[in-house]
Amino acid sequence: MFDIERWKEIMSTLKQNKLRSFLTAFGVFWGIFMLIVMAGMGKGFETGVRSGMGGFATNSVFMWTQRTAKPYGGFRRGRNWNFENDDVTLIRKNIKGVKIVAPRLFAGWGSGENTVRGDKSANFNLKGDYPEWIEINPMELLKGRWLNNMDIRERRKVCVLGVKVYEQMFAMGENPIGQYLRVDGIYYQVVGVIEPLTQMNMQGRAEESIFLPFSTMQVVYNYGDAVFVIGAIAEDNVSAAHIQEEIKTMIKKRHKIAPDDEQAVAGFSLEKEFQQISNLFLGIRILTWIVGIGTLLAGVIGVSNIMLVIVKARTKEIGVMRAIGATPRKVIGQILLESAFLTTLAGYLGMFSGMLLLGLINNQLMKAVESGAEGVFLKNPEINFTVAISCLMVLIISGIFAGMIPARKAVSIKPIDALRAE
Amino acid sequence: MISIKGVHKSYQTGQNSLHVLKGIDLEIQQGEFVSIMGSSGSGKSTLLNILGILDNYDAGEYHLDNTLIQNMSEKKAARYRNDTLGFVFQSFNLISFKNAIENVALPLYYQGVKRKKRNAMALEYLAKFGLQDHGEHLPNQLSGGQKQRVAIARAIISKPKVILADEPTGALDTTSSYEVMEILKKINQEGITIIVVTHEHDIAEMTDKVIKLRDGIIEDIVINKKN
Repeated sequence: MFDIERWKEIMSTLKQNKLRSFLTAFGVFWGIFMLIVMAGMGKGFETGVRSGMGGFATNSVFMWTQRTAKPYGGFRRGRNWNFENDDVTLIRKNIKGVKIVAPRLFAGWGSGENTVRGDKSANFNLKGDYPEWIEINPMELLKGRWLNNMDIRERRKVCVLGVKVYEQMFAMGENPIGQYLRVDGIYYQVVGVIEPLTQMNMQGRAEESIFLPFSTMQVVYNYGDAVFVIGAIAEDNVSAAHIQEEIKTMIKKRHKIAPDDEQAVAGFSLEKEFQQISNLFLGIRILTWIVGIGTLLAGVIGVSNIMLVIVKARTKEIGVMRAIGATPRKVIGQILLESAFLTTLAGYLGMFSGMLLLGLINNQLMKAVESGAEGVFLKNPEINFTVAISCLMVLIISGIFAGMIPARKAVSIKPIDALRAE
Repeated sequence: MISIKGVHKSYQTGQNSLHVLKGIDLEIQQGEFVSIMGSSGSGKSTLLNILGILDNYDAGEYHLDNTLIQNMSEKKAARYRNDTLGFVFQSFNLISFKNAIENVALPLYYQGVKRKKRNAMALEYLAKFGLQDHGEHLPNQLSGGQKQRVAIARAIISKPKVILADEPTGALDTTSSYEVMEILKKINQEGITIIVVTHEHDIAEMTDKVIKLRDGIIEDIVINKKN
């Protein structure tokens, strides 16, 4: 195989038949090109979406209340109700497998321009949070600090700003820490600025929100001991769906809601969403490989087919070769090597071009992101080394495979029949 | 050199069996210059193919250089063809995308001779036939006579003991035909056995011995005294 004479022989044969060689190679080129580009784009899409979810705790559940759907315990259906502070305390105390539980309040939707500072005013979402919330929904602190337990305990009038709030209410480069913002008529001292690490949003975008201590918000907005949303994270080896069920059961009992009322406690589990998204990507990946390998297979079959035609066209040449002393092995070797060489070369070029295209796309994406484009759901479209190498291996093997039938056909021709063929 | 005893050969064409050679006995000594003559269908090409180990025979015995040639593996047959035999064809059978030197050098390639050496040898053999200026030419840039001379150079480069020529002048004009026969005669004088299949009397006359085939049997053997 590493006989230099043989390679020279192959090169001269291929060079003498340029169009034929090119056509043979193109099918494989296209197959591997498509495979690489599709696999890379699929991967990029996945990376993009996953980084959009950026560390949002995947075993988390969120619950909120809705009107009851069934009469129970002396109450009629359609009753309005709320979670209470005690619910949170009891969940923390009684439900096993809950790692973190945090309540949330919110306000500010459609209430006009609720935030004022000097001559600037705007409308933002308001959220009342516990310090633990940052573990459910990861955020990066750009300035200052996040809410802490002292804020909760002392009902401090402090706030943490989403980065867009800071940009709108403060001049460029101004230090917001210690400054005051008037929100719905009350002054809060700014203690921090955050940027969300994810694009998963609840009750409005985090970068356009003002975060207040939960207890402060409950008092200021006269919410009593109502809790709007309960967020929880399960322990590492506990399913989020499981704790969600337990919490629901407990709460329904406490609030005299029919155990089979599916409407009263609404919930949303990221675990499920994650599973769905994972399945979606698995599907995309499988599809990519099926289509890609199909295309590649078509290319390889094309090579085999063209090699078969070539063998037919070269019947006489093969006959001459054998008449002047070529052994069947030489003939088989020659055809196999030609086929494998063409396939591999074409495949390598296809792989290279595919990667080049992915690189170009990536480059453009980076530029777009740098210049501030939002909602780019494609990140680092690329293909890893293992995939590339296994592609190459598949190519070489399929090249040899493609040559097998034509080579067998070539030696099955008797020299005398080969010579007679005009 | 060549000894054939009672060789039969039939071809199967669908349901019909065509009995082409019906018991051939033939002895050819080393250094002979022999022609096989016969009308088309007399079995002369079939006989030559059997002699060239290009085809099998059904019954009888064929000894080439004291070796029994029978049911040979393709590998072994290829070696004999390469070492002992040289072929010249009516339609030259040069490989169209290889130039004259590469065509002539091909048998040496199968023997594993290095490219430089075999190309040098090929050029030497081409020069012998006055083709040293045509080494780089492709077959379609050569005349019929030149092509046949290239083919003869290819046949003798592996220093065979026997040259088998199937209608070597069939596609050539008279002048080229005589040139080719002259070359064959010269090669024969170097001690190589030559067997020519032809249906032209003037070509057969130039050989030492004419074997006349008719309907699959040897009808007559004529010795040409004047040569």
